[in-house]
Amino acid sequence: MIVAVDLTKYYGRTRGVEGLNFRVEAGEVVGFLGPNAAGKTTTMRLITGYMPPTRGSVRVCGYDALEEDLEAKGCLGYLPEHPPLYPDMTVKAYLEFVAEIKGLRGSARRSALEKVVESVGLAPVWGRLCANISRGFRQRVGLAQALLGDPPVLILDEPTSGLDPRQIIEVRRLIKSLAGKHTVIISSHILPEVSMVCTRVMIMDRGHVVAVDKPEELARRLTGSRDITLKVKGDRSVARRVLESIPGVSEVLDGPEGRLVVRSQREVDVREEIFRSLARADLPLLEMVPRDLTLEDVFLRLTTDEEGVEAHA
Amino acid sequence: MRSTWAIFKKELRAYFLSPVAYAVAGVFLLLSGYFFSVIMLTTRTAEMRAAFGNMSIVLIFVVPLLTMRLLAEEVRQGTAELLLTCPLRSTHIILGKYLASLVLYLAMLAMTGIYPWVLLRFGNPDPGPIISGYLGIFLLGASFLAVGLFASSVTDSNIVAAMVAFGLLLLLWVLGWAGEALGGRLGDVLTSLALFERLNDFRKGIIDSSNCLHYLSYIVGFLFLAGLGLERRRWG
Repeated sequence: MIVAVDLTKYYGRTRGVEGLNFRVEAGEVVGFLGPNAAGKTTTMRLITGYMPPTRGSVRVCGYDALEEDLEAKGCLGYLPEHPPLYPDMTVKAYLEFVAEIKGLRGSARRSALEKVVESVGLAPVWGRLCANISRGFRQRVGLAQALLGDPPVLILDEPTSGLDPRQIIEVRRLIKSLAGKHTVIISSHILPEVSMVCTRVMIMDRGHVVAVDKPEELARRLTGSRDITLKVKGDRSVARRVLESIPGVSEVLDGPEGRLVVRSQREVDVREEIFRSLARADLPLLEMVPRDLTLEDVFLRLTTDEEGVEAHA
Repeated sequence: MRSTWAIFKKELRAYFLSPVAYAVAGVFLLLSGYFFSVIMLTTRTAEMRAAFGNMSIVLIFVVPLLTMRLLAEEVRQGTAELLLTCPLRSTHIILGKYLASLVLYLAMLAMTGIYPWVLLRFGNPDPGPIISGYLGIFLLGASFLAVGLFASSVTDSNIVAAMVAFGLLLLLWVLGWAGEALGGRLGDVLTSLALFERLNDFRKGIIDSSNCLHYLSYIVGFLFLAGLGLERRRWG
């Protein structure tokens, strides 16, 4: 559905993105993840044809975003970072206007409007001025605008920013329900969100893609070890000696608040042996918490310099 | 064409909902009404030649305020991102906005219709120069609007857009004088660029197709430049 080849954008001499190559297949939900200024918005603006690339190309539904821009734009729905609303228009007038410039007429327009009002839940603000509705509703009107006309490709730039927790859950559910029928690209710097709604994640940093994979694969690939945090009653040095003697345990570290952190190879499950060994040494085990590397850790590892990673590890 | 119509409707609605349009139209009518009355009362002749001349100067101040937000505001509030990612040609956007400003301008001119009505009611004016004068002032204002729309396309600040339009129009006004004073080749070039001198024939009752064409080419030229300005991201 979306194919980017050597996609590069410079703003003057400042790099926006450089040498992006990626494909997004039909029905996928792909998340662009990265810190601010990583190039997420730039990439989206290149896909939507808002700006031309400095070098390279991007094709949407088989149309070149620059050469066949009207055709490419025709199969896109785009929610920019700030919902593009006219403050002096009512929600109704605004969506009717967008439907019209998207080429929807007559009964097709009416049914398209009814559909988005239903799916995004705009009935309460239908007749209000865009200037007077809450941040959450502004975001939803922006989303409704992108969904109008059922475009096969949806580009959503931080769709949940500015929403309250309940609305965030609603919007995530909505995006999830779009998967399969639509090809969706969302950007976010909220990691759980991406791992929740996306089938694939592209981690971006300073204009480059640093990793692409399924969310759980990314976490697995980047971690060779697994940490287990323990709280043990009794002499810590004895406990440490006992734990170190367990086969498969590579290291025992000091954890927070007097806890011990046992690091083991990923393939070996040492939890059972920890329990037995401590019991044999008469050291009561009060707490055992296994901890997998989350996407958050992966993200930090990929987008932080080496020293930073050490500090976090 | 349908998209042009959609943009046109939206823009016209925005005009009639915004206080700016009313204030600007009010000031225009106040000043042109003042000039008309004073000239009529002092000269005691039933004609509008001088009134049209004064109206053209008032337009220099009024038009930039009508056109300043047309494109600059879209960029400032981020809605340009909507328009430029919808299946629209920039020609549709420019034409829709231009036509909306033209309709507002026509409405303002229509309200000055009370002046010829007063003349007809209490005097015996020659209708020819009044009709041709109106055509002339319409074409002049239409050219101004195109210049203003262009100014609005190069910035995302309304104030800057108004200032650029104001500067350009003022320059076009004084260009004619320089042309006459300089003479020679350069003078000819400057005179041919001038906008205001072309109004003189219309005010006298002459409708010259070359004058009409002059205004039309100004309109087309500046609308084309406005299109380039709107798409400036494509070249940046």
